[in-house]
Amino acid sequence: MMGSIISVSAQEEDDLLSLLGDTEPETELVYATFKTSRIINLQSIENTAAGVLDFKIAHRFGVLNGGFYDLFGLDQASMRIGVDYGLTRWLTIGLGRSSFEKTYDGFTKIKLLRQSTGKKKMPLSLSLFAGSAIKTVAFSEPERDNYFSSRMYYTYQGILARKFSEGFSLQLSPTVVHRNLVKTKAEKNDVYALGMGGRLKLSKRTSINAEYIYLAPNQVAPDIKNSFSIGFDIETGGHVFQLHFTNSTSMIEKGFVSESVGNWLDGDVHFGFNVSRVFTLKKK
Amino acid sequence: MMIIKKMIFILLVLVSGNQLVAQKYFTKKGEVSFFSHAPMEDIKAVSNTGSSVLDAANGKLQWAVLIKSFAFTKALMQEHFNENYMESTQFPKAKFTGTIDNMTAIDLKKDGEYNAQVSGVLEIHGKEKKIATNAKFLVAKGKIIATSVFKVYLADYGIEIPSVVKDKIAKEVEISIKSNYELLDKM
Repeated sequence: MMGSIISVSAQEEDDLLSLLGDTEPETELVYATFKTSRIINLQSIENTAAGVLDFKIAHRFGVLNGGFYDLFGLDQASMRIGVDYGLTRWLTIGLGRSSFEKTYDGFTKIKLLRQSTGKKKMPLSLSLFAGSAIKTVAFSEPERDNYFSSRMYYTYQGILARKFSEGFSLQLSPTVVHRNLVKTKAEKNDVYALGMGGRLKLSKRTSINAEYIYLAPNQVAPDIKNSFSIGFDIETGGHVFQLHFTNSTSMIEKGFVSESVGNWLDGDVHFGFNVSRVFTLKKK
Repeated sequence: MMIIKKMIFILLVLVSGNQLVAQKYFTKKGEVSFFSHAPMEDIKAVSNTGSSVLDAANGKLQWAVLIKSFAFTKALMQEHFNENYMESTQFPKAKFTGTIDNMTAIDLKKDGEYNAQVSGVLEIHGKEKKIATNAKFLVAKGKIIATSVFKVYLADYGIEIPSVVKDKIAKEVEISIKSNYELLDKM
């Protein structure tokens, strides 16, 4: 009996804070599943924070198998310049323009569920993405009746992600791309695909990322390949640099999901990069 | 034998129990903030959920604050603070365990302003270091407000600053503490 009293008071000597009782476990949201709002081409689960403008420049060079004459593709570049903006902590909008087919794109990304631990446990994060693209390059057959609607593409995507550990995150992105106009009857207007992506952190500020987009069969022209990309992220405070190899030249959904033609085995692979720079426009 | 045991027990309860009831003070809403001034950027963050217990009987003092509770004005800064510098998933709390060395000169039941000398061990980012600083107790109408400002070197706590951001993050960070202490009346 005495022993217990002494041990109790000794413990209190050591840890006064225990007198405050067990503090209730608070809900702890999981942050930084990915370094930035793109894995490589795919949208990642990350939203742009409220009041933050994320300025993005992306390049995809020519194919590596062009050899030294084309300096392994560096002679050609396709680019997208764009901005993402966080309207609220769960709503991001974005605008961009790609040089390929002079395409403008816009999107909305809504965060529905956030992975969390503690009082409220949520095993994964869920976002919804909706985007559209307008191809403004002159119609290839001007003598035909051409409609403005033929220039439009729409993408809908669910984004499910889980940060398994500090260093490892995975994401699944079921996607449908709607194309108002397709070249042949065999090609479908709606293309269903499943994107998969992940990252493995190498250090606090660097990671290896990879993504693969599986297309369900018989939807697109026979020369279209599934998009596969592998890359390296470097974060330096306000910037994130993403360097990668990919068989897609387009940096928007309708392009890299349903129009990738490069064959990895033949070396039809492009070097590319995304650079992201954030500006805090509205402070909390 | 039994009688002696009982007597010692009663004595213990009287002595220690009394003190426990009367002399411990606490807060769960302590304000802990820090400020870093570097050529390119000032960094400021604040937490309002620091918890602390002070035993006025012997001057023993403890503090703990959750690293993830620090709020920054820039969202990305907060993310990098947790991810890259403090590694808050691995090291969730900063803790201080020490004493007020001149507790005998401080009467928290009497109005007045008291200077306190505090010393002890500060644990940040999983690393411990002995520190000594001054604090102030302001007692007015039964309310106790404690404040303290001190500096820490990030290098002492194994917090690395990569060379690319060395103009944005100072090596030395000023920490400010402000807290109302209330009498801990449970037990």
